[in-house]
Amino acid sequence: MKILALYNYWVVIILMMAGLYIMIARHNLVKKMIGLSIFQTSIFYLYISMSKVAGGTAPILLELPSHGGHEEKGSSALEQGAADTVETVSASVQSLVSPSVSAVDSVIYSNPLPHVLILTAIVVGVATTSVGLALIVRINEAYGSIEEDDIRAMEQKDSA
Amino acid sequence: MMRRYRQQRHRVLQIITKLLIPFILLFALYVQFHGDYGPGGGFQAGVIFAAAFIIHGLIFGVEKTRQVLSPGVVRVMMSIGVFIYALTGVWSMMKGGAYLDYNVFADNPLTGQHWGIFAVELGVGVTVTSVMISLFYSFASSRV
Amino acid sequence: MTFSEQLPALQIVIPLLGAPLCVLLRHARGAWLVTLVCNIACTLVALALVAATRDGEIIRYALGGWAAPTGIEYYIDIVNATVLLVVSFISSVVCLYAWNGAEKEVPLDRHYLFYTGWLLCVTGLLGIVITGDAFNAFVFLEISSLATYLLISLGRERNALTAAFRYLVMGSIGASFILIGVGFLYAATGTLNMVDLSERIPQAESTRTVLIAFTFLAIGLMIKAAIFPLHAWLANAYHYAPVTVTALLSGTATKVSLYLLLRFFFNIFGTEYSFGQMLLNYILLPGAIVGFVVMSAVAIFQTDLRRMLAYSSVAQIGYIVAAICLVTPLGISAGIVHIINHAMIKAALFMATGCIIYRLGHAHIQSLGGVAKSMPVTTAAFIVAGLSLIGVPLTAGFVSKFNLIAAMLEKGWWIAAALILMSSLMATIYIGRVVEIMIFRKPRLATPESSGTREAPLMMLLPLWGLIAISIFFGVFGSETLSIAASGAERLLDGRLIEAVTATAAQAGSMEVSQ
Repeated sequence: MKILALYNYWVVIILMMAGLYIMIARHNLVKKMIGLSIFQTSIFYLYISMSKVAGGTAPILLELPSHGGHEEKGSSALEQGAADTVETVSASVQSLVSPSVSAVDSVIYSNPLPHVLILTAIVVGVATTSVGLALIVRINEAYGSIEEDDIRAMEQKDSA
Repeated sequence: MMRRYRQQRHRVLQIITKLLIPFILLFALYVQFHGDYGPGGGFQAGVIFAAAFIIHGLIFGVEKTRQVLSPGVVRVMMSIGVFIYALTGVWSMMKGGAYLDYNVFADNPLTGQHWGIFAVELGVGVTVTSVMISLFYSFASSRV
Repeated sequence: MTFSEQLPALQIVIPLLGAPLCVLLRHARGAWLVTLVCNIACTLVALALVAATRDGEIIRYALGGWAAPTGIEYYIDIVNATVLLVVSFISSVVCLYAWNGAEKEVPLDRHYLFYTGWLLCVTGLLGIVITGDAFNAFVFLEISSLATYLLISLGRERNALTAAFRYLVMGSIGASFILIGVGFLYAATGTLNMVDLSERIPQAESTRTVLIAFTFLAIGLMIKAAIFPLHAWLANAYHYAPVTVTALLSGTATKVSLYLLLRFFFNIFGTEYSFGQMLLNYILLPGAIVGFVVMSAVAIFQTDLRRMLAYSSVAQIGYIVAAICLVTPLGISAGIVHIINHAMIKAALFMATGCIIYRLGHAHIQSLGGVAKSMPVTTAAFIVAGLSLIGVPLTAGFVSKFNLIAAMLEKGWWIAAALILMSSLMATIYIGRVVEIMIFRKPRLATPESSGTREAPLMMLLPLWGLIAISIFFGVFGSETLSIAASGAERLLDGRLIEAVTATAAQAGSMEVSQ
């Protein structure tokens, strides 16, 4: 069943639609923020599940590339007189970035880059949520309500 | 009266918390400074570090935590963290590298990388800790 | 590296360093000074970058010394150097204006936070423009958006809070869509670097993954740039934000999103794919045209000056999008020119509105009677900027509108050109109505605040008139902006971010740097 084989996308789609639905259908501002969080979380899941390489292990270097191992791969760089240690570091980074052509052979890693991206996106999401909640607190102080219908009625009274 | 009762009710939690906090802080420091070798780093360590203060605030009351770590100090820490991060980059620019190019920090580029990542993660950790604590302070103090 | 090679990083680092400094200072005027100095420094850096990229040069700056595909790079050509200059220049002028402009709108003890938010917003906006990495652009987008929500919520009326909240929900959805799009692009190509993306997408462009990425990016960017059907957040946000903030945002935020749209669809996806296969121009064009006709009409019926100008902004974004939809060199350069000119004009109009609000305490159009007598300099500024918005000859607005219509006629879009003229006519009505009330209607004697009004402070008028003088200068001597825009349009239509030869040369250069 090809449709079920991509079950991670189904999870993402269901979560995303649930989040969007909550944001549209609920009139409570806090619930809207919950919807937004679910929506964002679904994107995190999309990235993370995308980075899984079949049979790959967690993207943690099992052994640091030694200097000996490095000379086989980067000897040309050495001959050029480049700073060899930097080359080692960049070679290991390079191998992580493109797991399919992994230089640290024999071990297959999952792609770590989406994890790093999502770490950043999670931080952004936390910041968005906290700004949103802070705004809700201020709205509650100003209007005495966090129900959108009440607020809209009061706004119309304000502008009239 | 009520207050006294409440404090007594939380006696077990309070003692457990007192026991836990040093270990939480220690673990945060481990995650922080082990970040350039293994999983970890400033973001995670900052959150764990802040968790110690937040649990203190939850159990002993925010007022007590404020006495330990005043909001003014937290605000200064926030900006100092960003400064550590940004000035590391500026320092590498002054040494002739690109922004955040750690290779120029030491004669041996590998050592340079260690110094650079150490400084940047420290900046991130300080900022995340203080932002988390100040978020907790501002939400905990508002009466909704 | 020499100092001039460090300029791309400085563009971002200066405001980033200024922000925590403001928090440390905790002094309203000190924070203002820090912000002003940072903004002016940014403007100078951007000016140097424009000068460096003027002849088609491309600057690539490898952050941390990691060369492009591995690390994040800053990529600068004439297109984004120009946008960098517009953003930092508008921000400097508005910052100068904020000395008086913000003092009545934001409580003085919050000023240091206000300026911190300002600097972070500018950091984000400049970052979006300068970066050559798709994911990095998302992160900077969120930095600037979060700072924007904060700035909007500082408005005096309580409606500012709900406006900020609604913008937060809409903006987060837009940014999340961009994030999804970038994710699918990464899945399809295995890279996030814009140069790499532009090289690899042609090989993968028949896949459904790229199609989905394209769709999500288009919708996300349309929300962020407030293109017609997705503009709803803009009116409230511009209306209730402190008017200083509105002046800043109207000149920068939507323009930066438009830049990102240009970059993604012309350079990264490629003109052929975006407009030849996906027919993006036929998706955007109806919205743009309906946008500038309907929004100009809506603007006529507004009762508040700020809201009227906000709807006018949506209409002007419609012009820019319509120009882009032409996909001809003339059309795109008209779009870029209008991005520059409209940024200046609308910022000037909001600054003039701010002067009126500073003295009257409100901007209800019907009670602006007698303003011309009590505030002649402000009124004159409003009139000149308004004429520029309409597109009267010798103003900047004329240059962009003339080119826009010429580009439309060149492609034979007679109806669209006629609709633009109609929309300009409506602009004449809504600007004219305000000017008429300002000059001819007698002040309501009953209101005490209007009797004691006098001219706005000099610190507000100077930047306002400075901006107007520059926009007039670009109106009379429009050839300079036009030639910059033309070379920008050339780079966008060319599609490729770098030619094959320069690619290897630039990479060799950055490798040298990293060692």
